[in-house]
Amino acid sequence: MVDFWQIIQNAAVEIISPTTAAYALAALGLAIHFGFTGLINFGQAGFMAIGAYGYGISTLTFHFPVWGAVLVGVGGSIVFALILGIPTLRLRADYLAIVTIAASEILRLVFTTNTLDFVTGSADGLSGYKGGFAALNPIPKGTYGFGPFTMNEYDLWLRIVAWVIVAIAILLAWQLMRSPWGRVIKGIREDEDAVRALGKNVYFYKMQSLILGGVFGTIAGMIFILPRAIVPANYATTLTFFIYTILLLGGAATIFGPVAGSIIFWVVLSAVSGFIARAQAAGWFDFIGMSSVQAGQSRFIIVGIVLMLLVIFRPQGIFGNKKELAFVK
Amino acid sequence: MSSDAKPTRGAPVKSINLHVGEIEPGVAKVDAIIVADNVTRTFGGLTAVDVAHVEIPRNAITALIGPNGAGKTTFFNLLTGFDKPDTGTWTFLGKSLAGIPSFKVARLGQVRTFQLTKALSLLTVLDNMKLGAKGQKGENMFAALLPWLWRKQEEEIEAKAIVLLEKFKLDTKSEDFAASLSGGQRKLLEMARALMSDPTLVMLDEPMAGVNPALTQSLLDHILDLKTQGMTVLFVEHDMQMVRHIADWVIVMAEGKIVAEGPPDAVMANPAVIDAYLGSHHDQDLGEDDPETIHAMKELLDADDES
Repeated sequence: MVDFWQIIQNAAVEIISPTTAAYALAALGLAIHFGFTGLINFGQAGFMAIGAYGYGISTLTFHFPVWGAVLVGVGGSIVFALILGIPTLRLRADYLAIVTIAASEILRLVFTTNTLDFVTGSADGLSGYKGGFAALNPIPKGTYGFGPFTMNEYDLWLRIVAWVIVAIAILLAWQLMRSPWGRVIKGIREDEDAVRALGKNVYFYKMQSLILGGVFGTIAGMIFILPRAIVPANYATTLTFFIYTILLLGGAATIFGPVAGSIIFWVVLSAVSGFIARAQAAGWFDFIGMSSVQAGQSRFIIVGIVLMLLVIFRPQGIFGNKKELAFVK
Repeated sequence: MSSDAKPTRGAPVKSINLHVGEIEPGVAKVDAIIVADNVTRTFGGLTAVDVAHVEIPRNAITALIGPNGAGKTTFFNLLTGFDKPDTGTWTFLGKSLAGIPSFKVARLGQVRTFQLTKALSLLTVLDNMKLGAKGQKGENMFAALLPWLWRKQEEEIEAKAIVLLEKFKLDTKSEDFAASLSGGQRKLLEMARALMSDPTLVMLDEPMAGVNPALTQSLLDHILDLKTQGMTVLFVEHDMQMVRHIADWVIVMAEGKIVAEGPPDAVMANPAVIDAYLGSHHDQDLGEDDPETIHAMKELLDADDES
């Protein structure tokens, strides 16, 4: 028998999970790039990897305190954005897409290579860097929450920190996008030559946007590794495309869309995979001969179909204004 | 600029005696706002612009005319920093502009519009206007986070934008997306937006192209009004009626060179110009008609349109 109550409980856990917060923050960074400025960044996974490894390596190899490790990650992502942006932001939008996807793959392969095993742990990745963050926890030891949201003091601390960061990022992005700065940024999305003709330094604004969205991605990368270990395989291009899915689900040119998109994405993904796994075990799919391995993979097929339907039937996302942004211009 | 200045009606007041000495291509002006020397631009083997010397008179309306592919838009792009010349220097208000990027050119008070209108479609009409204002404190990323630093300036900009929108009869549309405007209204919006920066020189690339005849008169009045307010206008146009009606001075380009200039009536009496525009060889270039050159020019023009 399929235990629907268990499926619902497992899905509900995702609503406030730190992973959901991390994806929401990364998607908000991408909204600044893609939705508001029109920069096609296909390397958000690279920015997240810099956050993860910047934090992990500074902590494990150099024994930095938490704030030092965070600064290393953020500094690394600013340098990464400059390296990507200086040669490409003067060119057409598609060049940035090509360069970002390649650069984030280069980063992942550098982190995977055996030569750097002593710092990056190569394919095994890194773990054991959570001590500093856990030591900052003011919450006494114990069990908190109720029902599916029952957790220990570390998990509660992590959730509070993650969602407070997301809330601050939302406030920042909201204030920026309703300011004259945001007006220039949106103007660049529409037609950068027109904005240039009005005396704005378009290149400089695009660079600021690339850095800001990239730093959001980097901090998301740090939140992402606190409930788990750093594994280089996590930073493949699929990560970037999951974040795009979340962004388009919520609405590309919106502030709250990325958060709502992330919550919906993870809840639906958890519910779908929970249902398929249990239904397969209960023999519901025996008529097509589905194995348990196939059941595990099929959730991504369903996510892919949902993404396609979304782009076709609701290109502006759940919260987007259809007039303001219809997917890709 | 004053809000109550009514667009001029009837026959415009023409500025005369703009030049010094004999009228010929490259003649000196009494008071020049732009002086360009030896400006050339080639695309592959084709010389698109090859201007030996030209001066644009200040506080007058100058038309830049010429057959398709004469290099007018390319020359425009060079003067505004949107394209880089192979050789040449030019000054704007006595300041050398060669090699200065387009956004700095605009900040110096030389704004332009585009042949293919660039309304920022998914911004409201009002936001389009506000974007045109210069020196906004809130356009700094860090100041943007502190609204009390720029709120007052923002209100002033909005008030100025509304006055201009009323003048251009777009005030009822101020909250609509620019995408919802008609082609002619977008031309008006683009011009109004350019005026938000209080420019010294307004450069209009084909302001009449694709404009509904009902809006033509209003657009002409607005251009004449710019001169009344002390601005200088340089425009590229194909419509000879318009050129005759509002221009104080006409510069004719063909194959990248300046082949004639002078007051409108004198220029239009010039046989070379008549031949190019009004005569039997209406669609052909001035000078020698080498079929290969015409082909290359057409390709160039297509490239211009896409850019």
